[in-house]
Amino acid sequence: KELTSKKRDEFEDILEERRLSSDLRYAMKCYTPVIYKGLSPCKPSAIKSAVLQSEQVQYVIKQLAKEMGESPDIIQEEAMEILDEMGHSMQLGAVRFFAFTLSKIFKRLFQRVCVNEEGMQRLQHAIQEHPVVLLPSHRSYVDFLMLSYLLYTYDLALPVIAAGIGNFVCVVLFFVCFSDFLGMKIVGELLRRAGAFFMRRSFGGNRLYWAVFAEYVKTMLKSGYAPIEFFLEGTRSRTAKTLTPKFGLLSIVMEPFFKREVFDTYLVPISISYERILEESLYAYELLGVPKPKESTSGLLKARRILSDNFGTVHIYIGQPVSLRTLASGRINRCPYNLVPRHLPHKPSEDIQEFVSDVAYKMELLQIENMVLSPWVLAAAVLLQNLPAMDFELLIEKTLWLKGLTQTFGGFIEWPDNLCAKKAVASGLTLHSNIARLVDGHVVLNDKGVEDGAVEEIVFKRALAILMCATYRNQLLNVFVRPSLVAVALQMTRSFRKEEVYSCFSFLRDVFSDEFIFFPGISLKDFEEGCFLLTKCDAIQTSQQEIYPTDKGSVIVSFLSAMFRPFVEGYQLIFRYLSKETKEAFTEKQFIPGVRNFVFQLLEKGNTQCYEALSSDMQKNALAALVQLGAVKKKKM
Amino acid sequence: MAAAAQEAAGGGGGSPSSARRRLRIISGHLRGSPRAPEREALSPSPCKAQGSSAGPASGSIPKKRQELLKWNGWGYNDSKFIFNKKGQAEFTGKRYRLGGMVLPTFKEWIEKTFGASLEHKTTSRASLNVNDVPPSIVNEEFLQDLRATKISYSQDAEDRVFRAHGHCLHEIFVLREGMFKRIPDVVVWPVCHEDVVKIVELACKHNLCIIPFGGGTSVSSALECPEEEKRTIVSLDTSQMLAESGFCTGHEPDSMEFSSLGGWVATRASGMKKNIYGNIEDLVIHIKMVTPRGIVEKNCQVPRMSTGPDIHHFIMGSEGTLGVVTEVTIKIRPIPEYQKYGSVVFPNFERGVACLREVAKQRCAPASIRLVDNAQFQFGHALKPQVASIFTSFLDGLKKFYITKLCRRKRTCGEMREMTERFQFKGFDPNILCVATLLFEGDREKVLQHEKQVYDIATKFGGLAAGEDNGQRGYMLTFVIAYLRDLGLDYYVIGESFETSVPWDRVLDLCRNVKERIVRECKEKGVQFAPFSTCRVTQTYDAGACVYFYFAFNYRGISDPIHVYEQIERAAREEILANGGSLSHHHGVGKLRKRWMKESISDVGLGMLRSVKEYVDPNNIFGNKNLL
Repeated sequence: KELTSKKRDEFEDILEERRLSSDLRYAMKCYTPVIYKGLSPCKPSAIKSAVLQSEQVQYVIKQLAKEMGESPDIIQEEAMEILDEMGHSMQLGAVRFFAFTLSKIFKRLFQRVCVNEEGMQRLQHAIQEHPVVLLPSHRSYVDFLMLSYLLYTYDLALPVIAAGIGNFVCVVLFFVCFSDFLGMKIVGELLRRAGAFFMRRSFGGNRLYWAVFAEYVKTMLKSGYAPIEFFLEGTRSRTAKTLTPKFGLLSIVMEPFFKREVFDTYLVPISISYERILEESLYAYELLGVPKPKESTSGLLKARRILSDNFGTVHIYIGQPVSLRTLASGRINRCPYNLVPRHLPHKPSEDIQEFVSDVAYKMELLQIENMVLSPWVLAAAVLLQNLPAMDFELLIEKTLWLKGLTQTFGGFIEWPDNLCAKKAVASGLTLHSNIARLVDGHVVLNDKGVEDGAVEEIVFKRALAILMCATYRNQLLNVFVRPSLVAVALQMTRSFRKEEVYSCFSFLRDVFSDEFIFFPGISLKDFEEGCFLLTKCDAIQTSQQEIYPTDKGSVIVSFLSAMFRPFVEGYQLIFRYLSKETKEAFTEKQFIPGVRNFVFQLLEKGNTQCYEALSSDMQKNALAALVQLGAVKKKKM
Repeated sequence: MAAAAQEAAGGGGGSPSSARRRLRIISGHLRGSPRAPEREALSPSPCKAQGSSAGPASGSIPKKRQELLKWNGWGYNDSKFIFNKKGQAEFTGKRYRLGGMVLPTFKEWIEKTFGASLEHKTTSRASLNVNDVPPSIVNEEFLQDLRATKISYSQDAEDRVFRAHGHCLHEIFVLREGMFKRIPDVVVWPVCHEDVVKIVELACKHNLCIIPFGGGTSVSSALECPEEEKRTIVSLDTSQMLAESGFCTGHEPDSMEFSSLGGWVATRASGMKKNIYGNIEDLVIHIKMVTPRGIVEKNCQVPRMSTGPDIHHFIMGSEGTLGVVTEVTIKIRPIPEYQKYGSVVFPNFERGVACLREVAKQRCAPASIRLVDNAQFQFGHALKPQVASIFTSFLDGLKKFYITKLCRRKRTCGEMREMTERFQFKGFDPNILCVATLLFEGDREKVLQHEKQVYDIATKFGGLAAGEDNGQRGYMLTFVIAYLRDLGLDYYVIGESFETSVPWDRVLDLCRNVKERIVRECKEKGVQFAPFSTCRVTQTYDAGACVYFYFAFNYRGISDPIHVYEQIERAAREEILANGGSLSHHHGVGKLRKRWMKESISDVGLGMLRSVKEYVDPNNIFGNKNLL
C-alpha cells in the first residue's frame, strides 16, 4: 500500500479567467448544463405537485388526519405551504445575478480559487449517467456558494442544497456584510433570491415536514433534475477538523437505491480547503462560549475590514464519484425492501443503518484524503509545540521537516509555486498576521491585546489565539491520527510489546472516536496502518511481537505525541472535572460552562497549560465518547 | 419438462364422457379446416373464423424427432431464417405466415443493433458425430424385462442425445460445437398409462433413474442429465401418448407447437391468452401421476374442493422430480367466433405501463395484452416483410407512416390532420415511443365493445390506436424469436429470453434496472458491442405483471462466450430479485435457477417440498435433480 504515490489531479485557478474578462458577460453566458440522460425537462411546479401527490406524502397526510381528527385537506394545505417555503425554484435570472455578484466578492476575498479540472470532468460525466449526490466538507458558509459558483462556471446543473436554517442565516449575514460594497438595493434582491439556492431544513419531530422534505429530496434525486448537495458533517466545523458524520440525509438519498427506484447513485466527496477561513475568529469566540459578537458592533464581520483582508487561496478537490451500487454489492439483504410497499415509511434495518454509517465514514475519509494542506498548516503545528516564542529559522527548518513527514503519511500538500521554505512560511505568516507575527527573528502568537489586563483577560486572549492557531494544525490531525496514536500509546505504555501497545491504541481510538474520523470497527487495521506509516518513516521497527522506536525515530515519536498532547491532556481535565466536580446528574447545558470554568480556573492558577480544553467542541466530543463507552449514562428527565 | 398428456384431454380416467365427445367434434372440425396445421398467430384468416387453433397435428412429433425437427436448433427443419443471395433476410418453409417472405430491413437492423457482419460467420458442425456420444450403459436384466413389456425403446446414439437437452443457450451451443458429458442410456416410448406404470416399476426394481421428456422445450436446464448420475438413465418420452389433438384449451405458451400438456403441468406453464382461459393451474381439473410410491389422483372432477392443501399443487411445477403425469383433464372452451388484433402506441414506456395497470385494475384485459419497449418495437419493425400491403389496410399503412415519420404536419384530410396534431401534441418520439399489442377473442359484438373500452382507457394515458398490423406482427415475433436465435448463432450473436413476475409498483424500476444491469455487465465482461437488451410486459394480473426480457450480444473477441453469457444472465437474475421480482413466472426453476430457491421460498418452504419428494420417491428414481 503506497500512500504517497496516490496520484492526484492538477489544479486550475478559476478566478484567473474572471480577472481578465467581464463579469457581466460571464454572468450572461450561454448556460446549458448537461443533464441526466433519462431526464424529461419539467417545471418546478410539476415537481412540487409530484411530491404532494406522491404515495409517500399522501400516506403521511392520511395518517396524520386520522390521528388528529382533522380533515386531510387541511393537512394537505399545510404540506403545500411547507413545500412552497422549501421549494427550490431555480430561476435563470437569479443564477446569473449570483454569478455576477459572487464573481465580484470572490475576487476581492480570495487570491485564487483552484479546482481540479479532471474532477469536474468526471462529475460532468457522472451527472449524465446516474443521480449524483455532492458531499462537500463544511468549513465555512461560503462552501455552498462556492460550489454552486463552480458548477455554474463549468456549465453543470446547480445542485439542490439541503442545509440547515443556520446556513440560511449565515448567507443572509454574508450578504449583509457586503452591503457597503454592493449597495443596499442589490443586497435586498440577493436576499429575496437566496432561497433559490437551497432548501431550509428545520424539523423538530414534525412528521409532515419530514415526509415532505424527504420526498422532495428523493424526487429531485430520482428525476435527476439536479444534483443533491448536503453536508455530511451537518454543520460547519468550528475547528477545521472533520466532524463525525450525521446519517439522516444520507439515508434519505440512499433509499431510492435500496428500493431500486434508481439503478445507481453517485456519491461525490468534495474537499474544500481554505488557506484562511473567513470565520476563523468568530469560531474561536464560539468555541470559548462567548456569545457571538453582534455583527454590527464587533466589527468581526464588517465588510470593509473583510474586503480589505486577504483570505488566500481556496482549493476545491472534486473526488472520484463513488457508485453506491458498488459499495452495496454483497452487503444489503434485499428481502426487507421487497416485502413492504415502497411508499410506506420504512425504518431501516440494523444492517442498513450500519451500512449507511460505513458509507458516511468512508466519504468523510475520502474528503480528508483530498484536503489541501498549506505550508501555514505545517507551521502552525510546529509553532503550537514551541510556545510562547520560536526562532524563525528553526520554524522554517521544522516546517520543512514536517512537510516530508506529512507526505509520507499521505497528506496532500500544495506548496505554492515551489517557493523556498522561508518564503512559504513568511507568506503564511503575512496572511495570518492576526494569529502570529515576527518579532526580532522570533515568531510569537498575537495574544498581546491587553498587556496589563486582568489575569482573566490575558488567559482569554491567549486561549483565543491558541484556538485560532489550532484551527490550522487541526487540518493535519486526521492524516496523522493513526501513526500518532501508536506513538502516544508507545509513550504511555512504556512497553515494546505489540499486544500492550495495541490495547492502549485501541483504547485511545475509542476515547477519541468523536474527535477524529475512524472507519467503524477496524481498530486493528488502523493500528497496522499506523505502525506501517511509522515504519515507513523509520520511526519504529516492528517484529512479530514487539515494537521499538529507532534512535532516529524518537524525534518523530515525541513530535507526534506532542501534537496530540492537547487532546490527551484536555480529555484528562474533562474527566477530572466529571469525577471530582460533579456529584449527581447534570444536564448537557450545565456541563459545558462547568468544565469551562473548571479549566479556566486551572489556567488562571497556572496549573495547566492546556488552553484547548476550553474548546466546547472538545468538551462535547469527550462527553459523547464517554456516553458511547458507557462511562456516562444519558437519561431523559 | 416432464410427463405426459394423454388423449383424455377432456375425459378423466380414460372413460368416455360428454366432454370427450365434444372434443372429438372440435378436433374433427379443426381437421376439416384447410389451414389447421398452421400456427394460429401466423395465420390470422382461419383463426378469425375459427378462433384459436390447436397443438400439433395428430402424432405430429415422431419418435425420430430429427426427421421433423432441427437437431441443433429450434423448431421445424424446413423453417429457418437465412440470408438469400441478395443478402436479404428471408424465412424459409411454408409452415408460418412469414414463410418465403423477404425481410428487407432486417439485415440492416442486425448490423446496426449487434455490430454483426455477414462476413463474420460461425458454422455449426453439419451433423452429430456419433463417435463422440457417451456409450449406453444398460443392465441386461433390465433390457430383458423391458422387452417383455413390449414397450418401444431405443439405445440409438441420436435418439439419446436429442433427449439430453432442452433449449437453453448453452445446450444448443454444445450441440453445435461439443458434446454432453452425460446423456440418457435408453429412450422409452410408452403409449398409455399402463406402460408408464410398468416402466416406473421396472425402474424401482432395477434402481434406475427416469427423466420424463415431453416436448423438449425446457429453458431451465431441466432435461440435462446430472453428470454424477451413475445409474442407468431412462428417458421417458411421452410424445407417443398424445393420440388425439385439435382441441381448444386456449392455453398457448409461446412454445406450444412443440411443448406438451404434461410439460405444461410439470412446469406450471402460462399461456398467452391466460386472461380468458387462465394459466395451467386454472385449467386443470384432474391429474393422474405415476410415482415410485404409487398412483396419485383425486377421486372426483370438481371445480373446487376443501380437502387440505391441493395435491395438484405438489404436482404442478414438480418439474419431473416426483413422477410422470399420465392423464390430465383440463377445461375446454368453445372456439371463439371472432378474433381481432390491435395495437396502441404510447409516448413512452411509463405511460404504457400505467395504462396496462389501469386495464388490469378495471379487469378488462383482452385475451392478450402486451407492452413492448422501444427496442422491441423497432425489432418488430425490422421483421416487416416486403409485401406489407397484403398485411395492412390503407389506413393502417398511413398510421404507420405517422409513427415512423412522426411530427410532420400534413393537411390531406381532416382525419389525418387531427391524427398528426395528436402525434405532435403528445410528442411521440420514434426512439422513445412504445407499443401495446392486443388480441381480442369472443363473439363479434362483445369483441368490438371490449375493444372500445380498452382503447378508451389507452387514450387517457396518451395512447393512440396504431392498427391491427402492428399488433399481429408483435405476436408473430414470439413464435419466430426462437428461430432467430439460430440465425444469430451463425453470426456470433448469442442470446436468450428470461422472465419474471413483479408487483405493479415495481414494474418500471425493474425493467429499467435489469436492462441497465445487462448493459453494464456486458461492458465489464469485455463484450465489445452494446448488447440488445429489451423487455415487454407480457401478462397482466390484479397484483402485478409478468415481464419478459430478451438479451443478446455479439460475442466476437470473447473466448468463452457461454460462460460470459451465463454470468450476465445470473447478474440479471440477481437484479430481478433485488427489484422485488420472482425467480420465475412460468419457465420454472430446473437446474438453472436452483441456487435461488432457498431465498425464494425460505428454508422451511424448501424443507416442505423436500419432505414430499422423500415420501413420494425415497430412492430418487426421478433423479433429474431439478428444483430442490
